[in-house]
Amino acid sequence: MHAIEVDHLTKYYSNARGVIDLSFEVNRGEIMGFLGPNGSGKTTTMRMLTCFFPPTSGTARICGHDILKEPLEVRRKLGYLPESVPLYLDMPVRSYLSFFAEVRGIASRQRKARIDEVLDKCSLTHVAHRLIGKLSKGYRQRVGIAQALLHDPEVLILDEPTIGLDPQQIIEIRSLIKGLGATRTVILSSHILSEVSAVCDRVIIIHEGKLVAVDTPHNLTRRLQQTPKILVRAQAPADAITQTMLSIPGVLSVKPGIEGPGAFIVAVQEGLPVINGLAQAICAQNWSIAEIRPVDMTLEEIFIQLVADDTEVRRR
Amino acid sequence: MNTLTIAKREMGSYFTSLIAYVVTAVFLLMSGYFYYTNMVMFVMFVGSDVKLGLWQQTFYDMRFVAVSLLPLLTMRLFAEEKKMGTIELLFTSPLRDLEIIMGKYLACLAVFALMLALTLLYPVLLKIVYQLEPAPLAACYLGLFLMGGACIACGIFLSSLTENQVVAAMSTIGVLLLLWFLDWNEGIAGSVVVKVLHQLSFSEHFLNFIRGVIDSNDIVYYLSVTAFFLFLTGCSLESRKWRGIK
Repeated sequence: MHAIEVDHLTKYYSNARGVIDLSFEVNRGEIMGFLGPNGSGKTTTMRMLTCFFPPTSGTARICGHDILKEPLEVRRKLGYLPESVPLYLDMPVRSYLSFFAEVRGIASRQRKARIDEVLDKCSLTHVAHRLIGKLSKGYRQRVGIAQALLHDPEVLILDEPTIGLDPQQIIEIRSLIKGLGATRTVILSSHILSEVSAVCDRVIIIHEGKLVAVDTPHNLTRRLQQTPKILVRAQAPADAITQTMLSIPGVLSVKPGIEGPGAFIVAVQEGLPVINGLAQAICAQNWSIAEIRPVDMTLEEIFIQLVADDTEVRRR
Repeated sequence: MNTLTIAKREMGSYFTSLIAYVVTAVFLLMSGYFYYTNMVMFVMFVGSDVKLGLWQQTFYDMRFVAVSLLPLLTMRLFAEEKKMGTIELLFTSPLRDLEIIMGKYLACLAVFALMLALTLLYPVLLKIVYQLEPAPLAACYLGLFLMGGACIACGIFLSSLTENQVVAAMSTIGVLLLLWFLDWNEGIAGSVVVKVLHQLSFSEHFLNFIRGVIDSNDIVYYLSVTAFFLFLTGCSLESRKWRGIK
């Protein structure tokens, strides 16, 4: 059984499209990235999964519980960090967590230990007695995450967990999330692609409320790149090295790369071990190699290509 | 159980944000002033009938303080949560809507009860120098408490409709005043209409209590107004399901 099964989920707002016919599954223990431009329907989907509002049609199951038929069961299984990180600003961190521990039905004997544990996990112990309203954005974000983790949920839904944080905090939060993924199922939305590729096992891309792709970042690259590419950086006369590389079987084209002087992007035929041949040929000429590696598409490129294809299809 | 958890948090919020202190202080100031002036009037002009008339007059004045102050207690209950987005946390926690509503209602009712309890000081002091009848006074307190409960329910409903606290407070004051003066139009209305308006309006039922009469009809009236507004609050929260909140 999948941790999350989304089944033809559709939501219309009175004046706008929400999401249309979304179906996908998330396995147990998987970290799923949820990517899309602003306003593409990420938050809408998450709000339906957390039973904040019901879908117009379709349904979803969280750990086997239907969001329409058993909303209370679903909410018990879920930890949720909403996009705007709403918090009761007039409460100290510990009382805030204590309130939600009670709401979550954590027995009063275990409550303190449990709160201490999440405070420690989110590095909040030293601010536990301060008012949330007096904390900086980064700390508030962590209080939000601590709240989502409080009842040790099987499924975590985090809406833009690193937005508005400084780089140091982003790294901390990311490693926190990565640590969680080992035992829990996580869906995290973002419009920052590098973040998703750093943390997630698989990626869902949605655009204008529709599912564009679901796959691992690696497979997405393979699917979109017609021919594998290799980056070569070497100290050599440009013309001579281009000729040398073109003479190797399997090399289709050589173009100067944008990675600085001496960099070339070599398009090669699928399935041939061209990279060794390239290295040997360059060494044989006594040129020195600074770098030679296969090039993956970045998620940025994948994303732009998919979204552009999608827009293209719709225009026709 | 969850109801109490919510109520506890709301109580804490009332007292950390000082709202409870300010509203209580103003309530005590005004009711103390009314009590004092009525007392002076009765001692100077009426003399003997302090037993009943004093409380009747004082509570008749105090209801006004309650009607104008209670909306300031209720205005934040849902409007603030909607504005801050914290309503999303409540709606995605394993809580029923009814538990959320009742928790907030009870917290506000408790603050009001506390305000009323503090005014007990007046009769206690009076008892030192004057032999009091406790029963009519108890009826007055019961009446004001029930009326206040209905006001709070009304305020919670209007707070659930908006995310602007001032709008919530103003509209509550408007509705409550209208409920008080609903039966003023006796002159132009037919007799049946007047009867209905009398039954619907806050004033007729309240007057019975402060006359020292506890009638089950009046108790049922205030409890049904309360239940009606809490039911409407439930509908208002439910409406997110078909209205699509952005």
